[in-house]
Amino acid sequence: MLKQSDLIRFSLPGLWAGFCACLPVALGVAVYGVLFGLLARQKGLSLLETQSMSLFVFAGASQLIALDLWSVDLPGGLPVVSLILTTLIVNLRHVLMGAALSPWLTRLSSGPAFGSLFFMTDESWALTLSRMVEDQRLKREPDGAFLLGAGLCVYAFWNASTALGHLLVRGLGDPSKYGLDFAFTAVFTALLVGLRPRRHDLLPIIAATATALACARLLPGKWYILTGAVAGGLAAALGPAPSLSPDPRPAPGDDRSRP
Amino acid sequence: MNAAAFLSSALPSILTIGGMALVTYLSRAAGLAVMSRLSVSGRLERFMKAIPAAILASIVAPSALAAGPAEALATLATGLVAWRVNNLPLAMAVGVAVVLGLRLALA
Repeated sequence: MLKQSDLIRFSLPGLWAGFCACLPVALGVAVYGVLFGLLARQKGLSLLETQSMSLFVFAGASQLIALDLWSVDLPGGLPVVSLILTTLIVNLRHVLMGAALSPWLTRLSSGPAFGSLFFMTDESWALTLSRMVEDQRLKREPDGAFLLGAGLCVYAFWNASTALGHLLVRGLGDPSKYGLDFAFTAVFTALLVGLRPRRHDLLPIIAATATALACARLLPGKWYILTGAVAGGLAAALGPAPSLSPDPRPAPGDDRSRP
Repeated sequence: MNAAAFLSSALPSILTIGGMALVTYLSRAAGLAVMSRLSVSGRLERFMKAIPAAILASIVAPSALAAGPAEALATLATGLVAWRVNNLPLAMAVGVAVVLGLRLALA
Protein backbone atom coordinates (compact mmCIF):
# COMPACT_ATOMS: atom_id res chain seq x y z
CA MET A 1 0.00 0.00 0.00
CA LEU A 2 1.00 3.59 -0.47
CA LYS A 3 2.20 5.43 2.59
CA GLN A 4 0.08 8.43 3.49
CA SER A 5 2.98 10.77 2.73
CA ASP A 6 3.20 9.45 -0.84
CA LEU A 7 -0.35 10.49 -1.68
CA ILE A 8 -1.04 13.81 -3.34
CA ARG A 9 -3.96 16.13 -2.71
CA PHE A 10 -7.33 15.62 -4.37
CA SER A 11 -9.14 18.83 -3.46
CA LEU A 12 -12.04 21.00 -4.56
CA PRO A 13 -9.73 23.98 -5.34
CA GLY A 14 -7.69 21.64 -7.56
CA LEU A 15 -10.85 20.51 -9.33
CA TRP A 16 -11.90 24.13 -9.86
CA ALA A 17 -8.44 25.08 -11.16
CA GLY A 18 -8.68 22.30 -13.74
CA PHE A 19 -12.20 23.32 -14.73
CA CYS A 20 -11.20 26.98 -15.23
CA ALA A 21 -7.99 26.15 -17.10
CA CYS A 22 -10.03 24.10 -19.56
CA LEU A 23 -12.73 26.71 -20.26
CA PRO A 24 -11.21 28.30 -23.41
CA VAL A 25 -10.53 24.88 -24.93
CA ALA A 26 -14.00 23.65 -23.95
CA LEU A 27 -15.54 26.51 -25.95
CA GLY A 28 -13.71 25.17 -29.02
CA VAL A 29 -14.90 21.66 -28.19
CA ALA A 30 -18.49 22.94 -28.03
CA VAL A 31 -18.34 24.09 -31.66
CA TYR A 32 -17.65 20.51 -32.67
CA GLY A 33 -20.30 19.25 -30.24
CA VAL A 34 -22.95 21.30 -32.04
CA LEU A 35 -21.66 19.91 -35.32
CA PHE A 36 -21.86 16.34 -33.97
CA GLY A 37 -25.43 16.81 -32.73
CA LEU A 38 -26.48 18.27 -36.06
CA LEU A 39 -24.84 15.52 -38.12
CA ALA A 40 -26.26 12.84 -35.82
CA ARG A 41 -29.79 14.08 -36.40
CA GLN A 42 -29.17 14.20 -40.15
CA LYS A 43 -27.93 10.59 -39.95
CA GLY A 44 -31.19 9.58 -38.26
CA LEU A 45 -29.96 9.06 -34.70
CA SER A 46 -32.58 9.88 -32.09
CA LEU A 47 -31.84 12.45 -29.39
CA LEU A 48 -31.63 9.56 -26.91
CA GLU A 49 -29.01 7.76 -29.02
CA THR A 50 -27.02 10.93 -29.68
CA GLN A 51 -27.01 11.99 -26.06
CA SER A 52 -26.27 8.50 -24.72
CA MET A 53 -23.17 8.48 -26.88
CA SER A 54 -22.01 11.84 -25.54
CA LEU A 55 -22.76 10.85 -21.94
CA PHE A 56 -21.31 7.33 -21.92
CA VAL A 57 -18.71 7.22 -24.69
CA PHE A 58 -17.66 10.88 -24.46
CA ALA A 59 -15.01 10.80 -27.18
CA GLY A 60 -15.40 13.40 -29.92
CA ALA A 61 -13.30 11.87 -32.66
CA SER A 62 -14.72 8.38 -32.32
CA GLN A 63 -18.29 9.72 -32.09
CA LEU A 64 -17.87 11.65 -35.33
CA ILE A 65 -16.26 8.66 -37.04
CA ALA A 66 -19.08 6.42 -35.76
CA LEU A 67 -21.58 8.61 -37.61
CA ASP A 68 -19.85 7.65 -40.87
CA LEU A 69 -20.44 3.97 -40.15
CA TRP A 70 -23.88 4.36 -38.56
CA SER A 71 -26.41 2.90 -40.97
CA VAL A 72 -29.52 0.90 -40.17
CA ASP A 73 -30.22 0.09 -43.83
CA LEU A 74 -27.43 -2.49 -44.22
CA PRO A 75 -28.48 -6.15 -44.72
CA GLY A 76 -27.28 -7.08 -41.22
CA GLY A 77 -28.71 -3.91 -39.67
CA LEU A 78 -26.47 -1.67 -37.61
CA PRO A 79 -22.78 -2.76 -37.97
CA VAL A 80 -22.37 -3.24 -34.22
CA VAL A 81 -19.01 -5.01 -34.25
CA SER A 82 -17.25 -2.68 -36.68
CA LEU A 83 -18.54 0.37 -34.81
CA ILE A 84 -17.11 -0.97 -31.54
CA LEU A 85 -13.79 -2.04 -33.10
CA THR A 86 -13.34 1.30 -34.87
CA THR A 87 -13.99 3.08 -31.58
CA LEU A 88 -11.37 0.94 -29.86
CA ILE A 89 -8.76 1.69 -32.53
CA VAL A 90 -9.49 5.42 -32.55
CA ASN A 91 -9.11 5.50 -28.76
CA LEU A 92 -5.98 3.35 -28.37
CA ARG A 93 -3.93 6.54 -28.05
CA HIS A 94 -5.56 7.00 -24.63
CA VAL A 95 -3.53 4.04 -23.33
CA LEU A 96 -0.31 6.01 -23.75
CA MET A 97 -1.91 9.19 -22.43
CA GLY A 98 -3.06 7.44 -19.25
CA ALA A 99 0.37 5.89 -18.87
CA ALA A 100 2.01 9.31 -19.19
CA LEU A 101 -0.11 10.62 -16.29
CA SER A 102 0.63 7.59 -14.12
CA PRO A 103 3.42 9.26 -12.06
CA TRP A 104 0.67 11.39 -10.52
CA LEU A 105 -2.32 9.06 -10.76
CA THR A 106 -0.50 6.27 -8.90
CA ARG A 107 -0.25 8.73 -5.99
CA LEU A 108 -4.04 8.91 -5.72
CA SER A 109 -6.21 6.17 -4.30
CA SER A 110 -7.65 4.07 -7.06
CA GLY A 111 -11.25 5.34 -6.88
CA PRO A 112 -10.46 8.97 -7.72
CA ALA A 113 -7.74 7.91 -10.19
CA PHE A 114 -9.84 5.49 -12.25
CA GLY A 115 -12.91 7.70 -11.89
CA SER A 116 -11.04 10.73 -13.24
CA LEU A 117 -9.83 8.71 -16.21
CA PHE A 118 -13.38 8.31 -17.52
CA PHE A 119 -13.26 12.05 -18.27
CA MET A 120 -9.80 12.10 -19.88
CA THR A 121 -9.84 13.60 -23.38
CA ASP A 122 -6.95 14.80 -25.55
CA GLU A 123 -7.60 18.33 -24.27
CA SER A 124 -7.92 17.62 -20.54
CA TRP A 125 -4.96 15.21 -20.73
CA ALA A 126 -2.69 17.81 -22.34
CA LEU A 127 -3.68 20.56 -19.90
CA THR A 128 -3.20 18.26 -16.90
CA LEU A 129 0.15 17.02 -18.10
CA SER A 130 1.53 20.51 -18.62
CA ARG A 131 0.15 21.58 -15.25
CA MET A 132 1.87 18.66 -13.51
CA VAL A 133 5.17 19.38 -15.27
CA GLU A 134 4.89 23.04 -14.29
CA ASP A 135 4.10 22.11 -10.67
CA GLN A 136 7.31 20.14 -10.64
CA ARG A 137 9.37 22.95 -12.12
CA LEU A 138 7.99 25.40 -9.55
CA LYS A 139 8.27 22.82 -6.74
CA ARG A 140 4.54 23.21 -6.10
CA GLU A 141 2.56 20.35 -4.64
CA PRO A 142 0.39 18.85 -7.42
CA ASP A 143 -3.35 18.41 -7.02
CA GLY A 144 -4.71 15.18 -8.45
CA ALA A 145 -8.21 16.64 -8.94
CA PHE A 146 -7.00 18.88 -11.77
CA LEU A 147 -7.56 16.10 -14.35
CA LEU A 148 -11.13 15.53 -13.13
CA GLY A 149 -11.88 19.28 -13.15
CA ALA A 150 -10.55 19.74 -16.68
CA GLY A 151 -12.39 16.61 -17.81
CA LEU A 152 -15.71 17.69 -16.26
CA CYS A 153 -15.41 21.03 -18.03
CA VAL A 154 -15.07 19.32 -21.43
CA TYR A 155 -17.84 16.87 -20.43
CA ALA A 156 -20.30 19.64 -19.57
CA PHE A 157 -19.62 21.62 -22.74
CA TRP A 158 -19.58 18.54 -24.98
CA ASN A 159 -22.90 17.23 -23.68
CA ALA A 160 -24.66 20.60 -23.69
CA SER A 161 -23.45 21.32 -27.22
CA THR A 162 -24.36 17.95 -28.74
CA ALA A 163 -27.89 18.28 -27.33
CA LEU A 164 -28.11 21.83 -28.64
CA GLY A 165 -26.91 20.72 -32.08
CA HIS A 166 -29.47 17.89 -32.21
CA LEU A 167 -32.42 19.92 -30.94
CA LEU A 168 -32.02 23.46 -32.15
CA VAL A 169 -29.36 24.08 -34.71
CA ARG A 170 -30.59 23.71 -38.27
CA GLY A 171 -27.44 24.77 -40.06
CA LEU A 172 -23.86 25.52 -39.12
CA GLY A 173 -21.10 26.96 -41.25
CA ASP A 174 -17.88 25.03 -41.58
CA PRO A 175 -15.87 25.87 -38.39
CA SER A 176 -12.78 26.31 -40.59
CA LYS A 177 -14.42 29.39 -42.11
CA TYR A 178 -13.73 31.14 -38.79
CA GLY A 179 -10.33 29.56 -38.23
CA LEU A 180 -11.82 27.51 -35.36
CA ASP A 181 -10.43 24.24 -36.70
CA PHE A 182 -7.00 25.70 -35.92
CA ALA A 183 -7.85 26.40 -32.25
CA PHE A 184 -6.88 22.84 -31.29
CA THR A 185 -3.64 22.92 -33.27
CA ALA A 186 -2.78 26.20 -31.51
CA VAL A 187 -3.57 24.81 -28.04
CA PHE A 188 -1.54 21.64 -28.47
CA THR A 189 1.36 23.61 -30.02
CA ALA A 190 1.39 25.98 -27.05
CA LEU A 191 1.32 23.06 -24.61
CA LEU A 192 4.19 21.36 -26.45
CA VAL A 193 6.28 24.55 -26.27
CA GLY A 194 5.25 24.87 -22.61
CA LEU A 195 6.92 21.54 -21.83
CA ARG A 196 10.20 23.43 -22.54
CA PRO A 197 11.81 20.58 -24.49
CA ARG A 198 15.56 20.23 -23.97
CA ARG A 199 18.10 19.29 -26.59
CA HIS A 200 17.78 15.56 -25.92
CA ASP A 201 13.99 15.82 -26.39
CA LEU A 202 14.39 17.01 -29.98
CA LEU A 203 15.18 13.66 -31.60
CA PRO A 204 12.00 12.00 -30.20
CA ILE A 205 9.92 15.03 -31.23
CA ILE A 206 11.31 14.93 -34.77
CA ALA A 207 10.72 11.17 -35.00
CA ALA A 208 7.14 11.60 -33.75
CA THR A 209 6.45 14.46 -36.16
CA ALA A 210 7.81 12.61 -39.21
CA THR A 211 5.95 9.41 -38.36
CA ALA A 212 2.69 11.23 -37.67
CA LEU A 213 2.94 13.11 -40.98
CA ALA A 214 3.49 9.87 -42.92
CA CYS A 215 0.78 7.94 -41.06
CA ALA A 216 -1.79 10.74 -41.37
CA ARG A 217 -1.46 10.28 -45.14
CA LEU A 218 -1.48 6.50 -45.16
CA LEU A 219 -3.78 5.41 -42.34
CA PRO A 220 -7.37 6.29 -41.45
CA GLY A 221 -8.66 7.80 -38.21
CA LYS A 222 -6.32 8.71 -35.37
CA TRP A 223 -3.64 6.07 -35.95
CA TYR A 224 -1.11 8.82 -36.63
CA ILE A 225 -1.18 9.94 -32.98
CA LEU A 226 -0.48 6.46 -31.66
CA THR A 227 2.21 5.60 -34.23
CA GLY A 228 3.88 9.01 -33.87
CA ALA A 229 3.95 8.69 -30.09
CA VAL A 230 5.44 5.20 -30.25
CA ALA A 231 8.07 6.37 -32.76
CA GLY A 232 9.02 9.24 -30.44
CA GLY A 233 9.25 6.89 -27.47
CA LEU A 234 11.39 4.42 -29.43
CA ALA A 235 13.71 7.21 -30.62
CA ALA A 236 14.26 8.16 -26.98
CA ALA A 237 14.69 4.58 -25.80
CA LEU A 238 17.05 3.46 -28.55
CA GLY A 239 18.85 6.75 -29.17
CA PRO A 240 21.77 8.07 -27.15
CA ALA A 241 21.11 8.33 -23.41
CA PRO A 242 20.73 11.94 -22.24
CA SER A 243 23.62 13.35 -20.23
CA LEU A 244 23.11 13.11 -16.52
CA SER A 245 21.71 16.59 -16.01
CA PRO A 246 18.96 16.43 -13.41
CA ASP A 247 15.56 16.14 -15.04
CA PRO A 248 12.78 17.38 -12.77
CA ARG A 249 10.19 15.13 -14.33
CA PRO A 250 9.72 11.81 -12.55
CA ALA A 251 9.46 8.70 -14.63
CA PRO A 252 6.25 6.73 -14.34
CA GLY A 253 6.71 4.28 -11.53
CA ASP A 254 9.65 6.09 -9.92
CA ASP A 255 10.39 5.58 -6.27
CA ARG A 256 7.84 8.01 -4.90
CA SER A 257 5.05 6.10 -6.57
CA ARG A 258 6.28 2.68 -5.43
CA PRO A 259 4.65 0.87 -2.52
CA MET B 1 -45.14 0.68 -28.52
CA ASN B 2 -44.75 -1.37 -25.34
CA ALA B 3 -41.53 -1.68 -23.42
CA ALA B 4 -40.51 -5.07 -24.86
CA ALA B 5 -40.98 -3.93 -28.44
CA PHE B 6 -39.04 -0.74 -27.75
CA LEU B 7 -36.20 -2.71 -26.18
CA SER B 8 -35.92 -5.17 -29.04
CA SER B 9 -35.93 -2.43 -31.66
CA ALA B 10 -33.40 -0.42 -29.68
CA LEU B 11 -31.16 -3.40 -28.88
CA PRO B 12 -28.61 -2.82 -31.68
CA SER B 13 -28.19 0.81 -30.62
CA ILE B 14 -27.88 -0.14 -26.96
CA LEU B 15 -25.28 -2.81 -27.73
CA THR B 16 -23.32 -0.47 -29.99
CA ILE B 17 -23.25 2.51 -27.65
CA GLY B 18 -22.62 0.27 -24.63
CA GLY B 19 -19.75 -1.45 -26.45
CA MET B 20 -18.28 1.86 -27.60
CA ALA B 21 -18.49 3.18 -24.03
CA LEU B 22 -16.81 0.07 -22.66
CA VAL B 23 -13.85 -0.01 -25.06
CA THR B 24 -13.35 3.75 -24.69
CA TYR B 25 -13.19 3.51 -20.90
CA LEU B 26 -10.85 0.50 -21.11
CA SER B 27 -8.49 2.52 -23.32
CA ARG B 28 -8.56 5.37 -20.80
CA ALA B 29 -7.93 3.11 -17.79
CA ALA B 30 -5.42 0.68 -19.35
CA GLY B 31 -2.39 2.97 -19.20
CA LEU B 32 -2.66 3.48 -15.44
CA ALA B 33 -3.59 -0.15 -14.81
CA VAL B 34 -0.42 -1.34 -16.59
CA MET B 35 1.95 1.32 -15.27
CA SER B 36 0.91 0.85 -11.65
CA ARG B 37 2.08 -2.76 -11.91
CA LEU B 38 5.38 -2.03 -13.64
CA SER B 39 8.67 -0.85 -12.28
CA VAL B 40 10.08 1.50 -14.88
CA SER B 41 13.77 2.05 -15.51
CA GLY B 42 16.38 2.11 -18.27
CA ARG B 43 15.09 2.14 -21.83
CA LEU B 44 11.43 1.88 -20.77
CA GLU B 45 11.91 4.92 -18.55
CA ARG B 46 13.35 6.90 -21.48
CA PHE B 47 10.47 5.68 -23.68
CA MET B 48 7.86 6.86 -21.16
CA LYS B 49 9.52 10.23 -20.52
CA ALA B 50 9.43 11.00 -24.24
CA ILE B 51 5.73 10.10 -24.64
CA PRO B 52 4.08 13.41 -23.60
CA ALA B 53 6.01 15.58 -26.07
CA ALA B 54 5.75 12.87 -28.74
CA ILE B 55 1.94 12.71 -28.40
CA LEU B 56 1.61 16.50 -28.60
CA ALA B 57 3.94 16.67 -31.62
CA SER B 58 1.98 13.87 -33.32
CA ILE B 59 -1.38 15.53 -32.69
CA VAL B 60 -0.30 18.82 -34.28
CA ALA B 61 1.97 17.54 -37.06
CA PRO B 62 -0.62 16.97 -39.84
CA SER B 63 -2.70 20.11 -39.20
CA ALA B 64 0.41 22.25 -38.58
CA LEU B 65 2.79 21.08 -41.29
CA ALA B 66 0.75 19.34 -44.00
CA ALA B 67 -2.24 21.67 -44.31
CA GLY B 68 -0.57 24.58 -46.12
CA PRO B 69 1.57 27.70 -45.59
CA ALA B 70 -1.10 29.58 -43.58
CA GLU B 71 -1.32 26.78 -41.01
CA ALA B 72 2.47 26.33 -40.84
CA LEU B 73 3.09 30.04 -40.26
CA ALA B 74 0.26 30.26 -37.72
CA THR B 75 1.79 27.31 -35.84
CA LEU B 76 5.11 29.15 -35.78
CA ALA B 77 3.41 32.32 -34.46
CA THR B 78 1.57 30.31 -31.79
CA GLY B 79 4.80 28.62 -30.74
CA LEU B 80 6.63 31.94 -30.42
CA VAL B 81 3.85 33.47 -28.30
CA ALA B 82 3.75 30.38 -26.08
CA TRP B 83 7.53 30.53 -25.69
CA ARG B 84 7.44 34.16 -24.51
CA VAL B 85 4.29 34.18 -22.34
CA ASN B 86 2.66 31.38 -20.39
CA ASN B 87 -0.90 32.22 -21.43
CA LEU B 88 -2.86 29.50 -23.18
CA PRO B 89 -5.97 31.51 -24.19
CA LEU B 90 -3.70 34.19 -25.68
CA ALA B 91 -1.70 31.62 -27.68
CA MET B 92 -4.96 30.08 -28.91
CA ALA B 93 -6.38 33.46 -29.95
CA VAL B 94 -3.17 34.43 -31.75
CA GLY B 95 -3.13 31.12 -33.63
CA VAL B 96 -6.75 31.45 -34.76
CA ALA B 97 -6.33 35.13 -35.73
CA VAL B 98 -3.12 34.49 -37.70
CA VAL B 99 -4.53 31.48 -39.55
CA LEU B 100 -7.70 33.37 -40.39
CA GLY B 101 -5.76 36.38 -41.68
CA LEU B 102 -3.30 34.30 -43.69
CA ARG B 103 -6.03 32.14 -45.23
CA LEU B 104 -7.75 35.29 -46.46
CA ALA B 105 -4.46 36.82 -47.62
CA LEU B 106 -3.22 33.69 -49.39
CA ALA B 107 -6.55 32.62 -50.85
